[in-house]
This record gives sequence, C-alpha cells and structure tokens, in this order.
Amino acid sequence: MTPERVKGQELSSRHLLGLEGMPGEEISHILDTADALKEILDRPIKKVPTLRGVTVVNLFFEPSTRTRLSFELAEKRLSADLMNFSKTGSSVSKGETLLDTAQNIEAMRIDVVVVRHQCPGVPGFLADRLNSVIINAGDGAHEHPTQALLDMLTLRQKFGDIKGLKVAIVGDIAHSRVALSNIYGLKALGAEVMLCGPPTLMPRGAESLPIKVCHDIDEAISWADALNVLRLQLERQKSGFLPSLREYHMTFGITMKRLEKAAEMPLIMHPGPMNRGVEIESAVADSGHSVVLDQVTNGVAVRMAVLVLLSAPEVKLT
Amino acid sequence: MEPIRLPKKYCLKGARLIDPVQGLDKAGDLVIENGVITEIGSDLSAPVCWDMQGAIICPGFFDLHVHLREPGFEDAETIRTGQEAAAAGGFTGMACMPNTEPTLDQAGVVRWVIQQADGFPVAVHPVAAVTKGRKGEELTEMVELRETGAVGFSDDGSPTANPEIMRRALEYSLLVKAPIISHAEDLDLSRDGAMHESETSTRLGLPGIPRISEDIATIRDIMLAEYTGGHLHLAHLSTEGALRAFEEAVKRGVRVTAEVTPHHLLLSDKAVEGYDTDTKMKPPLREESDRMALMESLKAKSIQAIATDHAPHTFESKVVPYDEAAFGVVGLETAVGLIWDRCVDQGVMEPADIVSIFSQGPRQVVGLSVPAIKAGAPMELTIFHPEESWQVKTEEFYSKSINSPFKGWELKGRPWGILKDTHWAGRVEPDFK
Repeated sequence: MTPERVKGQELSSRHLLGLEGMPGEEISHILDTADALKEILDRPIKKVPTLRGVTVVNLFFEPSTRTRLSFELAEKRLSADLMNFSKTGSSVSKGETLLDTAQNIEAMRIDVVVVRHQCPGVPGFLADRLNSVIINAGDGAHEHPTQALLDMLTLRQKFGDIKGLKVAIVGDIAHSRVALSNIYGLKALGAEVMLCGPPTLMPRGAESLPIKVCHDIDEAISWADALNVLRLQLERQKSGFLPSLREYHMTFGITMKRLEKAAEMPLIMHPGPMNRGVEIESAVADSGHSVVLDQVTNGVAVRMAVLVLLSAPEVKLT
Repeated sequence: MEPIRLPKKYCLKGARLIDPVQGLDKAGDLVIENGVITEIGSDLSAPVCWDMQGAIICPGFFDLHVHLREPGFEDAETIRTGQEAAAAGGFTGMACMPNTEPTLDQAGVVRWVIQQADGFPVAVHPVAAVTKGRKGEELTEMVELRETGAVGFSDDGSPTANPEIMRRALEYSLLVKAPIISHAEDLDLSRDGAMHESETSTRLGLPGIPRISEDIATIRDIMLAEYTGGHLHLAHLSTEGALRAFEEAVKRGVRVTAEVTPHHLLLSDKAVEGYDTDTKMKPPLREESDRMALMESLKAKSIQAIATDHAPHTFESKVVPYDEAAFGVVGLETAVGLIWDRCVDQGVMEPADIVSIFSQGPRQVVGLSVPAIKAGAPMELTIFHPEESWQVKTEEFYSKSINSPFKGWELKGRPWGILKDTHWAGRVEPDFK
C-alpha cells in the first residue's frame, strides 16, 4: 500500500501544535498516511528518501526517552538530517532564554523543530517567532498530539472505525497532556470519551468538556471498548493529591480480577512508561488485551506521517 | 516628559467642568492665577487662553495602587518614568506599593521615595510594608512610617499569611489612622498556579489559581477587621465571592473598603488563550460571571476606587513561556480611556461617577484631601477629551515597560495630562494663545 501521491489534502496548519480544532478529515488523513508508511518499517531496508535535505531538530527541554527515540527513528526512516538538543548540558542550563535558543536554531536554517517542553504553550511561542515548522512533542499538561494520533491509529487498526467507539481515559487526567489531545481527536472522529480517576486528579471544568466523568473504575471498565491507562506520576502522593500509591492501585489500578468482571474485556492501552503494580498490573500489561507495544510501533508511523505531511518538499510517498 | 511651567494668569476656555463634590457639571471656563483657581464661569478671559475644545476638566485623578519599582528594579520602571506615565494617563497622584528592594519598611526608604518624587507634578504617596521585609513576621514601625508620609500599609505582592500578624496589624493601625491594604490570597491554595482555575486553564494545560484562594483570604481579613475595628482595604478585588463578602461586611458596618482594576473589569480568563504573558497577573483574570459582578458593583457604587495595579516588568521577564512569566501588567496610561470608553459610553456609569471613583473615592480610602474645582482651591486637575479616538500603542507609553493586555484596543476618550499648582505635565503641549 504505497500511494503515489496524496492528493489535495494538505493540512490546514503548517504546524502541529495540538489536536484542538483539527477537523476529523485531517486526523483521518494523517492516520491513512501513517498506515501507508507503516509498511516501510517492515522492509529489509527501512529507509525512504522522502525527507532528504530536510533538517529536523529534536528540541527536548524535558526528559523523554520514548517520544524522542520514536521521533528520531521516524526522521531516520525518512532520510531527514537530524540534530538532538536536550536541556541537560545545553545552553539552557547556563541561563539562555528560550527565545535565544530558538533564534539560534533558526539561524542554523532548520526546517522542522520537534519540541517537548514542561510549559504549556511553548510550541505556539516558537511558531509565532520562527519560520520553521513546529511539531509539538508534548507541552506541559496541554497537548501531546502525536501520542493521541498513535493511540487513535491503534484503535482504528483494532476496531476498524473510531466512530461510536467508547474510550475511557483512566488516571491522572489533571496533569496529563495525553488526555486532552485524545479527547479532541477522539471527539473529532466521533468516539465517546469517559474520564475516570480520583476527583483530586480531575481537572477543573472537566464537566464542561464534551465527555463523561466517572470515579468508579468498574463502571469505566464495563462501559468502555478501550481503556487508555495513564501513567501516575509518583510525586503526586507527595504533593497531596493521593494518600498512597497502594490505595490508588486498590481503587483505580487495572487488574485482571477487575477486567474479568466485565462482560467484554476492553482493549488496554498505555502511553508509557508504565508503573507496573501502580496504575496497571503486570498480568494485564503483558496480556493479549494489551496493545502497548503496537502503540510504540504505530508511534513511529504516525510521526513519519506528520513529518511527511508538514515538511516533505513535495508530498510524494515512494 | 518635562513639566511645563504655566503662565502667571491664564484661562482654560470651552471645557466641560465636572466636580461631583461641588455638584458641578457644566460647560464653562476657568481662570487660574498663581496656581489657584480664581474664577469659574462662562466667557471668562485672561492675558492668555487655552481652548479646551470640549475636553473635561475635573479634580485630579488618583491611582491607589501602583508599583514604581524604584529602588531596586529600575530596569522595569523608575519613580520618574512612573510619574510621567501617570501624568500621561491623567493622574495627579498615586500610592506606590512597598515591594521594592529594599522594601519600604523603614522611614529612611519611605522618605527617600518621597524626595525622589519631588520636582515632578505627580504626587507620590508611599504605602509602607505591614511587616519588616514583607516577611510576615514582625510589624513595621507604623507610627514613624505614617509620620514620614506613608498613607497605608501592605505586604502587597504577597499576602500577610499569618492571621495573628494580620490581627495585630489591624489593631496597631488604629494608632496611625491608615488602612491595612490586603493582597488577599491564600498561597497554599494558589500553589504554582499561573492563571485562574477554570475550564480555560484546563484546556490550556496551565496550572490554576482557584477563586477560593482569594475568597477565603478576603473573608478571613474581613473577620479580622470586624474583630479588631481596624480599617481594611481590599486591593484588586477580583472574584464574585470576595465582592459578596465585601458588600455584606459593609452592610454589617465593618470598616472595609475596596478597589477593582480595569483589567478585572474588562477582561476574563478567555483572554489567556494564545498564552499572551501580558494577560498574566495576580489575582488572575477571572470568569465572565466575576467580571459582570464587578461591573454591577460599579453601577451600585459599592466599590470605592478603580486602581490600576500598574506593575511594570521588563521584556526579559515577559517574553518567556507563560508559566515562567512574571505576574503583573501596566495600567497607568490606559485606565481612564478604557473606563470612559467601556463604562460611560456603554451606560454603566455616569461621567460624574467616573470622576468620583478616580478622584474622591481613592483619596478617601487613604485619608487624603480631595482637590476641588472652586474659587480659591489650589489647582490639581485632570484634563481628558471624551471624544478623542485612539489606539493603545505600547511604543507610545511613557512607562519603561509595555506589558499591557490592552495593546491594540481602539478607545474613545483620552487624557491630555494634568495641571498641578504652577505646572502642566502630559501627553499634549499646552496651547496658549
């Protein structure tokens, strides 16, 4: 499945800052492109020349292994030239401002900036000031669009269609960028979304989003076709959001015992990295219901698709 | 901006004269001699005249809440540039907050600020700290500070967190007849919030400052004022809950006054969309329902003052990610135009009410005498033209800082400047013929 050319379906924005406001057709187009590109990952020679001559910098101000490696791999598969910048050891720790870092990178004539930052809005900050294409690889508790895209690609592969699908996002919603991007994307594609977690980890005004909110994990399990289980940051206990990780596991942890009570077992997703024994039991994580590793593979494909659609000199897939 | 010395005797012609205290609101002329109003009437003359072209002349406006940043943060503002911004914005006087470096917690520093301000027509009245170093531990020497010229006491920028200290401050302030000005915020509830906690903060992924942070601190301070009999002034009141608590306390007879800012009157949390760091301040922009409640309070005249909370910050502290940006916005040069345009033109307030809330109201909070338009009164007047249309351009600011959330706004009604004793200071040149 290698389309000669993707016709007339340019994305309406030249950046990928988030999924808020992105029409369903564009999301589907990215997922279609990812599906088409995925095949490259299984070739003996896993490389196409699509982004030859395109320079990408991976600007990571916050530690990340999975997302950074996934972007790096996507860039390499597409023959882009890439540079990595991470906060440790960079000029940022010497007190350089974000603006200066960005302007310096711009001066190096970079085509694409993949940015991860702990402050919400930083991708937009860069988009306002640089000529490069900006791809948000996670900004604070705001958005993580490529994560949501890979989640949706995984769901589409498993269920065929996302329309009408019931997806429950479980855990620390308030501090999650994955939740918000998933809500926007899933709603745009016609899915129903439920948020499930303790009230202390539910964001203010969640009820005004077009979603269901529930605090009973068993209810979420029996309602959902798929569970997207979020990572619980271990410091939440110290900051007073939770009495203990033990109690969190007892109340919201996804266990086989819980899943077996449901008439139909939901699909289990997790954006990683997992805290086994906290939000998810190992028996679940390693079971046939878990698609965690499919998500990782799809992550590379989705990032390839985004890079191609936003930065290929000519949108031609070969 | 250089102050301009006025002629010995002159006439301001063709103005609209408004002084609510005198019950004055009519078209007319003023004759001024040696810095004192000598005649009020029509068809007056003098050796030189300035045609006001329908501009409003009223008692000088007073800003109850500004940060002049000097000493310590002169990159953002100095006393002089703050005074120039005030004159351009139509203010003849202002009360400046003590969160400088060093803090205004000793008579020597307060005296230095007053001396530094001398020589420019805008009067600067320092508000001294409630506690030494604004640390919330020991009271400052309020009696000496008051004698030196402090008009109120506040740890503004931070709350006086310990209720016992706040209690003693309110009690001790009875000795000095000056208000304790409360920055009502519970820091434990605010945590590391960057904007108002709401559906909008959730969508933007920004940590929230919940309304209860202000509500609870306000109610606590009102109860302490009620218990002690001290005069509490609530700075930058921004939530509907705090407003209700304030209005109920006034009804019960508690000695409490309050101010609101133009930005809380005219903007809501929706303005933060787009992450413009010039929408970041404390208290944060609240929800539309809060904004409407504050507007209603203006109509009902329950609030004493509109104060700008003019908080200059350098480019470096604002052109950063929203989370990391400094709290505060400038306001001296936009307040009068904004309130005239959005409140009078839209029927929320009468012109006389605006004059009152900018001149009489704030001065009464800190016990200063109110300038008047009457024969024999020393001249301290604000001049603004109600029909002048303009756009807020930060490059035209006299302030050293440009962190205004109103940049680009189209407004009708603009100050020309101020007349104070023997001098003029303002955006426009006097036009004597």
